[in-house]
Amino acid sequence: MYNDILNLLPYKSSFRFVDAILFLDDDGIKGEYTLKADSFFYEDHFIGNPVTPGVIITEIMAQIGLVVLGIHLIVSGKKEEEIIMDVDSFPLLTSTDVSFFKMVLPGEKVTVISKKQYFRFGKLKCLVEMYDEASELIAKGIFSGIIKNAIKG
Amino acid sequence: MDRKTILSELKKVLAPYTENKELLNGITEETDLIKDLKINSANLVDIIIDAESAYNIEIDFDSAEKMYLVGNCIDVIMDKMNQSA
Repeated sequence: MYNDILNLLPYKSSFRFVDAILFLDDDGIKGEYTLKADSFFYEDHFIGNPVTPGVIITEIMAQIGLVVLGIHLIVSGKKEEEIIMDVDSFPLLTSTDVSFFKMVLPGEKVTVISKKQYFRFGKLKCLVEMYDEASELIAKGIFSGIIKNAIKG
Repeated sequence: MDRKTILSELKKVLAPYTENKELLNGITEETDLIKDLKINSANLVDIIIDAESAYNIEIDFDSAEKMYLVGNCIDVIMDKMNQSA
C-alpha cells in the first residue's frame, strides 16, 4: 500500500536508497534500507576498509525522511498547500544539519524515522533519525527540501 | 504599529537568515531579500513562518509570493495585522 509511492521516486538503481516504507502519514514516515555490499562507494571509501560515507547516510535520511514524505504530502494533496507535481518536478535538498553517532558497514539494514516540523509553500522541514537493527541511533538531524519546478495548483 | 516600527522588528526576523549582518544596517523598504541581503531563497519560507509568530498573523500563499522586497513584507504584515485586529 505505502509502497506504491516508491514508484514515484526519481532515482534509479545505484542512487536509490529506499527499500520499504513501514509507516507513512501526513506527519511522518518510517522506512528502511539495506546497504548493498557491492555499492559503488565501498570500493574507494575506504580502500580495503569499506565504511558507508556520511554523505550516503545523509542521502538515505533525505530520500526516506524528506522525499518520500514530501511526495506523499503532495500527491495526497491537501488543497491549501497549493503545490502540485509536474513532469519536470524533482526534489532538491535545501539544508541539512546532521550529527553522526555510529558507523554503518556494508550489508547493514538501517531504519529512518522522520517527523514533520512543517510543510508550507512547498518546503518540507523534518527532524530525521536513523537507527540500526539493534535500535541504536546512527544519525540525527534537521532536513529541509523543496520540489523544484512544482506548479501552483 | 507604523511602518518604521515594523521595519525595525522585521530586521530581527531577518537577522538569523542574513549571513552578513552588516547588510541589515542599510536596510530600506527597497531592499530585496534575495538580491541585496543574499538570503537563501529556501529560507524565505522560514522568514514567513517567523514573521507569522512575531506578529501573530497568518500569511497565505498569494501574500507570501509578494514578499520579496522589505516594503512588500511590511505591506503584507500591516494588511494581515489589520485583518486580525
